[in-house]
Amino acid sequence: MVAPNPPQPQASSSPPAPAPAHSQRILVERKAAAQLPETPLVFDCENVEVYYGTFRAVRGVNLAIHAHQITAFIGPSGCGKTTVLRSLNRMHDVIPGARVAGRVSYHGIDLYAPEVSATEVRRRIGMVFQKPNPFPKSIYDNIAFGPRVNGIRDKSQLDAVVEKSLRSAALWDEVKDRLKHSALGMSGGQQQRLCIARTIAVEPEVVLMDEPCSALDPIATARIEELMRELKSRFTIVIVTHNMQQAARVSDRTAFFTTEVDSKNDRRTGTLVEYDVTSKIFSAPSDERTENYITGRFG
Amino acid sequence: MQLAELRGHKQYADRAFRTLAVAAAGLVLLILGMIAVIMTRRAWPAFGEQFFTSTRWSAADEVFGALPFVWGTLYTAVIAIVIALPISLGVALFITQIAPPWLKKPMVYLTDLLAVIPSVVFGLWGVLVLSQHFGLGRSFLTAGIILAIMITPIITSLSREVIETTPPSEKEAALALGATRWEMIGASVIPHSKGGLVGAVMLGLGRAMGETIAAALVIGSALGQITINPFAPGNSMPAVIANEWGEADAPHKAALIALAVTLFVITIAVNLIATTIVQRSMKRSRGA
Amino acid sequence: MNATPYQESTATRRRNDLRARPSWRTAKNQLMTGLMIASVVAVAVPLVAVLWSVIERGAAIAFQHFPEFFTQTIPVVSRLPGPGMGPAILGTLLVTGGATLIAVPLGILGAVYLHEYGGNNQLARLVRFMATVMTGVPSVVMGLFVYLIWTLQFGYSAFGGALALACLMLPVVIGATEQMLKLVPSQLREAAYALGTTKSRTIVTVVLPAALPGIVSGALLAVARAAGETAPLLFAVGAAHAFNIHLFSEANTALSVQIFANANSSFTAAQDRAWAAALTLVLLTFVVTLVARLFTARLALKR
Repeated sequence: MVAPNPPQPQASSSPPAPAPAHSQRILVERKAAAQLPETPLVFDCENVEVYYGTFRAVRGVNLAIHAHQITAFIGPSGCGKTTVLRSLNRMHDVIPGARVAGRVSYHGIDLYAPEVSATEVRRRIGMVFQKPNPFPKSIYDNIAFGPRVNGIRDKSQLDAVVEKSLRSAALWDEVKDRLKHSALGMSGGQQQRLCIARTIAVEPEVVLMDEPCSALDPIATARIEELMRELKSRFTIVIVTHNMQQAARVSDRTAFFTTEVDSKNDRRTGTLVEYDVTSKIFSAPSDERTENYITGRFG
Repeated sequence: MQLAELRGHKQYADRAFRTLAVAAAGLVLLILGMIAVIMTRRAWPAFGEQFFTSTRWSAADEVFGALPFVWGTLYTAVIAIVIALPISLGVALFITQIAPPWLKKPMVYLTDLLAVIPSVVFGLWGVLVLSQHFGLGRSFLTAGIILAIMITPIITSLSREVIETTPPSEKEAALALGATRWEMIGASVIPHSKGGLVGAVMLGLGRAMGETIAAALVIGSALGQITINPFAPGNSMPAVIANEWGEADAPHKAALIALAVTLFVITIAVNLIATTIVQRSMKRSRGA
Repeated sequence: MNATPYQESTATRRRNDLRARPSWRTAKNQLMTGLMIASVVAVAVPLVAVLWSVIERGAAIAFQHFPEFFTQTIPVVSRLPGPGMGPAILGTLLVTGGATLIAVPLGILGAVYLHEYGGNNQLARLVRFMATVMTGVPSVVMGLFVYLIWTLQFGYSAFGGALALACLMLPVVIGATEQMLKLVPSQLREAAYALGTTKSRTIVTVVLPAALPGIVSGALLAVARAAGETAPLLFAVGAAHAFNIHLFSEANTALSVQIFANANSSFTAAQDRAWAAALTLVLLTFVVTLVARLFTARLALKR
């Protein structure tokens, strides 16, 4: 059930079928690739690896994120998809002992260059977390937090930003009369939409979402998926999800990760298996591991 | 997108804040260090060889032997512990093992109330009521009683914390074997909490030794006596300092400061040992 | 023909009898329980006795001469009757207030370093340990220390007293604040970082406000303890008899100092004043403690 969304052609959401014959495969590939426009690159990851101390948590990440598209990271738990997501906005900086190797470039600039300020990075690349985490402040102050940090003090300007963000998050009508109430009094789905509104209030370029719907019921989930499609025109979205049907529904491109057992120390390292247009991943995956995952044979 | 855009400029405020926070934390070390250095320097002339061996203390003759006061401090503290320990332990056990749930909070408030009353009020009561009205007079014993009242809340609350880390499964095992409640306590609670209880008692000891005002009022301010008789008037280091400071001349003051340094060293040592014991026992029982 | 009534064997009868049997074990249990109850009584008795004395004797003079107790100066000749603890009350407020203004911000900043920046590094562990040790420093030692570094240079003043009390309060505020900071969930910090907020700003606008009720409660408890301290003030504040509102100049006095001075006196007039001052001090510390507990209760409610 995917709503068509100009200018993007729709990704097919047919249930994962067994791999078609070879000639059919080529046809599907060409068709899919032709339907997805090549928007400029926002991120380019080259041989990215993430270490926690000496433990290598993820390796072999080579992918490029395109502007104004939704890219999904899928894979079994522990495969490193959240780890890779967090490396895109330098959230690993807050964990002592975490280290990113390889190159993560943002519009051609190495995100981990010493002159680059993590704070500036995060103003342009926002993040929505798995469990909604509104500040224990009013709804208004939650949304206004980011703009205030960026120096906007004028009340009328703040009012405008708050309204615009809440409208974009499809929350305005529900809360416009109780902006001064505590954000903690809302339902889980509302809180998550609040967190999305809070993130887009600073007008980032990219919105990263770490399993945004996993703590929500199906109705709230559907609303957020709808929101994602609307926001795509203004932002670039990267979403981590353990629900592959969700990836099939909303994303334009999908990256599939899996875990490998490290023979040296018997710990699991995540790695990127396949990254392609979503319709191809779900109908004609190139790698057998991808196929096993999407057909439910494992994971 | 230029690199310059990602450079960021507001580093100064962030770093200044961090420096401020480090400085504030470092104050603790600075103050403790200054106390040690400055006071020892001032007290140095009084630390003659007689300081720790002589029992004679006379301002007029400028002879300062601190032994009786060291004895007094330790003796009253011991008396206080002897009185306070069983009571504190009893209250802690009562609150954690016997009291029904509705009684627990009021009991905790009761002991906390005792902790809130300022020591000088206890001293006042001790002087005018306990020693005069009830005729107990000023002595080691009276001081010990007042100190016991004052350190009970500390020992009780720490003991309570330690006792509550006893795993319920151990207690249930004892009960399931048909033990009475006291036998269960003896078999599981006390062995488990022993270390922490020792630490709690030592912290109470440290507090009793450092207590100045209450002791100063009821201890009797006697000079030159080292007796075991609890009913005799005595003296303790903090009491001497408080009582004699007002009229002391320079060498006398130096001697009093020397007493303070001695007291500082002893209480710090006791507190160090006690804190280590308590922390280690809490860590052990939480990890278990 | 009568059937023989069923005879239980003695062993069976004993096994089926579940009533409690008197034995030395139960007796011992009851004895120990009794002892524990006795210790509770042993704690309640002095508490009640002290409060009773304070209220009985103190209320008499404080409320008989109601306004004058708070407004009159202390009689210089202590033999004279008459209320008048005004300067002492002012002194206590000045000294305690000053100490709070010094110790609370510094203590909060120190705790911020320990939890938000230092974590488990060497400096943080050392400071944490030393702060716990510092809470055990006898107040008389702190008083003499302040005498040496302040009173000798600048004379008696309320500020010297505030300094001494601040030294006593600092480790307590640091400890309590750090506990509260630990309770703030890390997700809140992450949310702020993800919006591009610097660490210092996150701490000031998100973490500290979230921990505020607990911090206030801890600070108030430290204030209550400081208000009752006597020894440090003996060496820093002096013994004035008149109202002195100046923080930095001239000797001042405080309720605790007055109680100490008058307790030793043999004049009943002075002793009466001591009881009244004790009542005031006890009320002050009780109220502050009560407010602190209310904050803790509100904190528990929020969760």
